[in-house]
Amino acid sequence: MSNLIAWIIRAVPFGTIIMYGAMGEILTEKSGNLNLGVPGIMYLGGFAGFASAFYYENNAAAPNAFVCVLLSFVCCVAASMLGGLIYSFLTITLRANQNVTGLALTTFGMGIANFFGVFILNGKSYTAAPLANSAYAHKIPFLSGLGVVGQTVFGYGFLVYGAIVLAVALHIFLNRTRAGLNLRAVGENPATADAAGISVTRYKYLATCIGAGISGIGGMYYVLDYNSGIWATTGQIEALGWLAVALVIFTTWRPLNAIWGAYLFGMLYWLYQFLPSLLGFTVASYVTDLIQMVPYVVTIVVLIISSLHRKKENQPPAHLGLAYFREER
Amino acid sequence: MSDTQIREPLLRVVKRDQAAMRQKIAARAGAILLALILDALFIFFVTGLNPFSVYGVMFQGTFGTKIRFSWAMRDLVSLLCIGIALAPAFKMRFWNVGAEGQVLMGGLMTALIMVYWGDKLPMPVLFLVMLFTSIAVGAVWGLIPAFFKAKWKTNETLFTLMMNYVATSFVACAVNIMRGQASSLGKLNMGSRAGWFPMVFGQRYNINIIVVILLTFAMYFYLKYTKHGYEISVVGESENTARYAGINVTRVILRTMAISGAISGLCGFLIVCGRDQTISTTTAGGNGFTAIIVAWLAKFNTFYMALIAFLLVFLQKGAAEIASAYSLNDYAASIITGIILFCILGSEFFINYKVIFRRERRAK
Repeated sequence: MSNLIAWIIRAVPFGTIIMYGAMGEILTEKSGNLNLGVPGIMYLGGFAGFASAFYYENNAAAPNAFVCVLLSFVCCVAASMLGGLIYSFLTITLRANQNVTGLALTTFGMGIANFFGVFILNGKSYTAAPLANSAYAHKIPFLSGLGVVGQTVFGYGFLVYGAIVLAVALHIFLNRTRAGLNLRAVGENPATADAAGISVTRYKYLATCIGAGISGIGGMYYVLDYNSGIWATTGQIEALGWLAVALVIFTTWRPLNAIWGAYLFGMLYWLYQFLPSLLGFTVASYVTDLIQMVPYVVTIVVLIISSLHRKKENQPPAHLGLAYFREER
Repeated sequence: MSDTQIREPLLRVVKRDQAAMRQKIAARAGAILLALILDALFIFFVTGLNPFSVYGVMFQGTFGTKIRFSWAMRDLVSLLCIGIALAPAFKMRFWNVGAEGQVLMGGLMTALIMVYWGDKLPMPVLFLVMLFTSIAVGAVWGLIPAFFKAKWKTNETLFTLMMNYVATSFVACAVNIMRGQASSLGKLNMGSRAGWFPMVFGQRYNINIIVVILLTFAMYFYLKYTKHGYEISVVGESENTARYAGINVTRVILRTMAISGAISGLCGFLIVCGRDQTISTTTAGGNGFTAIIVAWLAKFNTFYMALIAFLLVFLQKGAAEIASAYSLNDYAASIITGIILFCILGSEFFINYKVIFRRERRAK
């Protein structure tokens, strides 16, 4: 039992990281842009959030937790949106190939984060922003003390709950508002949307940039909460970014599915550590290496099943990955 | 009716039919120039160093010494080989993002055979076995997503992307078994050197270089002058046209991805036997992704690919050189590469489209 609780407590924060990444990417893909730069954007967001918190903590006379959170949040979203803007300009205005631009953005974002990260590290192998971490990882007072339920449901930082609220908000936006329906029309068939008087360019830009902003929060959550506010030169965020892209497929482009899907991915990711002890036997370390592929295999299976059924509502946006040029039919 | 004022936008974008060679070169040169200026600004504002002397140091990274040049060539052919592997798939508009995994699987088979059969088989047989298994495994790794794409139109970009991590997992597992209690795997067959490529013409990497040069010519010929190559380009342009012309689309997709995966697998074999003499999860080292950019920018012409691969390797080596000379870090390479790629990708617009200003048109 205690193992199961430990597993859940590990899985939910992990799920939250990729949930942010995936929700941003869902919004982006709904506009018909397949942004493979998610890992890069998560690097940008994670680094900007950490760096701003780090400098504020070390330079302010009396650092205030609230200001620290606000500052890092704003910097994170701004940096991520800037990454999204580069992608948008290249793919929407200049109609460059989306896959290649996304991959270049991943290289670029990882380069920026780790290059400037080394200046902050200043020779050490890691540095920390303890104030920001304590603020982000602050559990809900009182409720988190209520036994098992308190631990597993209320024992996380506020961004975990923010992710759930955001998923519901995105669901309502995409299905119940005019702007959301217009956005989906742009992703399905931009020519028709254009003819109906919807500004394709504006919708694509906004969806991609705001989506990037949301994805970036995932990177910041990883650094400032999940990783205890520690910055180290790492390739970990890249793997998380690709997992977020996988989650988008898993949810069949529905934000509400992202909530349980993300936690399921979290459980699957930590499968190798908790399942053997839960079942009461030990496995060799090379088996745990194999178990780590489970989230990806599950994604492939979902991808295959959804393409087998060909149910209309489970398909990617019809114009996903293609640039729109009005005069081309 | 004629009184209605039609407001003409200031800028208008029109698709070009075919850009002249001069315009293509101008757009590319402009992009690289812009990238060099942006990179120079980046270098200057971040480090305060004179960009020109930094560029000078960069040059040393590839051309400084003979050994550095041979390292650069070694990395160039690894990248180019994967680019060649991707070319037919991309020409068919099949987004094979899984070269990383296909290379890893090819390398993994090579390494396993090297370790477990290295002392049992005579050298030529050993090389042949490694060659064929690595090619076969790479082809299978490419065929799996191709099968689902051809049969049920499963999205291949996402499928191949996921396959990378499955391959990584297999490699991690195998490395874990092979290293046993040791902390890392180290070079395989360190004593007997079984399965290592011999020196040719006094150079360690010459076999890799020769094989990839041959592949460059072969793939250029295959895509441009054979029936297969023609079928690939028809399927890429329009599957319906291909079907109407009597091309078996399923067979073309499967065949092309088998070739793509096979060459990736071969690249894994070359890397393990000729370069690393070991296997790890970073054997492909992101080249599978970089090669996508190489193949795309070169528009599937393998000779342009060689040029672009050279540019990228030059930048990486140069950035590593800057890093050690000015005690910065290697990640400068990623930033500089990123900026160059953004500029070249953006410049495609000026090749495919024409911008017309309002005033210019009035004058006509």
